[in-house]
Amino acid sequence: MGLEELYREVILDHYRNPRNQGHLEHPQASAQGVNPLCGDEITIEVSFDGDKVSEVAVDGQGCSISQSSASMMTEAIKGKSRNEINKLVGRFRQMMSLDEGDDLGLDPERPGAVLGDIEALQGVRQYPVRIKCASLGWNTLLEALDA
Amino acid sequence: MTDLSYLKADFPILDNGVHFLDSGASSQKPIPVLEAMDRFARTSYANVHRGAYKLSVASTEAYEAARRRVADFIGATDEREVIFTRGTTTSLNTVAFGWGLENLAEGDRILATEMEHHANLVPWQMVAKRTGATLDHVPITDDGRLDMAVLESKLGPDVKIVAVTGMSNVLGTIPDVPRIAELAHRHGARVVVDAAQLVPHTSVDVHQLGADFVAFSSHKMLGPTGIGVLWGRMDALEETEPFEGGGEMISDVTLHDATWADIPHRFEAGTPPIIEAVGLHAAIDYLDSIGMDKIFEHDQELTAIALERLVDVPGIAIQGPTDMKDRGGVVSMTMEGVHAHDLATILDEQNVAVRAGHHCAKPLMRSLGVTATARASFYVYNEEADIDALVSGLRRAGEIFGVN
Repeated sequence: MGLEELYREVILDHYRNPRNQGHLEHPQASAQGVNPLCGDEITIEVSFDGDKVSEVAVDGQGCSISQSSASMMTEAIKGKSRNEINKLVGRFRQMMSLDEGDDLGLDPERPGAVLGDIEALQGVRQYPVRIKCASLGWNTLLEALDA
Repeated sequence: MTDLSYLKADFPILDNGVHFLDSGASSQKPIPVLEAMDRFARTSYANVHRGAYKLSVASTEAYEAARRRVADFIGATDEREVIFTRGTTTSLNTVAFGWGLENLAEGDRILATEMEHHANLVPWQMVAKRTGATLDHVPITDDGRLDMAVLESKLGPDVKIVAVTGMSNVLGTIPDVPRIAELAHRHGARVVVDAAQLVPHTSVDVHQLGADFVAFSSHKMLGPTGIGVLWGRMDALEETEPFEGGGEMISDVTLHDATWADIPHRFEAGTPPIIEAVGLHAAIDYLDSIGMDKIFEHDQELTAIALERLVDVPGIAIQGPTDMKDRGGVVSMTMEGVHAHDLATILDEQNVAVRAGHHCAKPLMRSLGVTATARASFYVYNEEADIDALVSGLRRAGEIFGVN
């Protein structure tokens, strides 16, 4: 397990070219997340079509892990219902070893397999201090949806 | 090159080959410091200032000997001006709450520099809110130095205290405190210096510094955590009320009132860090055996080498002074296209320990237009090989992120 596992090409790509960056004109939900220890900041704005996310925008600054994680997350949640998003967040947290248990029926060897590109972030698990970087966008999303 | 490599054997934590470049956050502890604390705890420890028995007398003598040693180390002529605290932060809060609440009122101004660590800023924000005084700031110049012209123009009869760092923990800048103190005193203002980065790295004489309060920590100068110092000029301490009440700090107590013990004990409520005082004493002995001038020289040489070599690393920008004039052994850097946390993680893989983030100086980071920097800071046990490792780690980061 080395740096190549942490800094996979897909992560660097999302860091350099973040998707869905900026702000929505009329967001229906939004939240700001800050990691006070390292100063990473993120703003997430969401619009819905019925129960499903129609648009999402992310703005912020921080390290490659926090920014790429948020970027990949925006791609993953588009078109998904709140229920589906909650499941996705659950899987992400499990991949980061933040939540215990296999009630989601995930492959213990590859808990991120259902997450697509996001699985690339599983290398972060080996760097405990960086897990909070990877989680910042996801926690902020949950706050936006709960608000 | 000043060769201090003979010291490395005194720092067993470095045996595994770590390139420890985070002494600005906290320094490592040499064996003589650890042994002094161990020996004291095994043979002479008891609470101080209250027992009539031999152990307490011995313990009290060791604690007060540490006070005299600190006084001697910083050129304080009166050992009563040395107050033991938990660290720089508590020292600065003692000034803010003990002196500030007593001496500030609406219409008064507190002047702080933009490069203050949160420890010399947030307490002043709190005290400004409580007293109605306003908090004003002195900016830095483009090359990361304190803007003395603005400082001079902002001084006035309403300025009651100037809060300034002795050496910036982010930029390494060493402001001209003697000059600042002279200017401030002309307007009748007090001067408080956050000397957490200064005292460990250079010979400090509080009277030459000219300030009214000087704060520093043991753990950044090879001593243990949990103890720091507030030096205050006697007339400034006489204007200061105790910030904490409790045992040891009183002269008499009735159910409704109390009178204070003499200075310095009125500022040392509760059982003080006794074993830590012995450790600090040993740390000062250790530093003096090397020589503070030699330590400063050594840090300067390493910093000059680092600055010279970092310029060649693709994408690296130095935050702060890029020449050696009035700066110490702290080098903050950013790499274009690579966040400081990523730099720190990649450097850690190469066994290079640096600090990444805002370094508890968020207003300064905003003023620099960066959100985080990676910071290397040097001390007695560092050598050129640590800079080699730093530079090679940074190049590796550049490769991973495709920085050209």
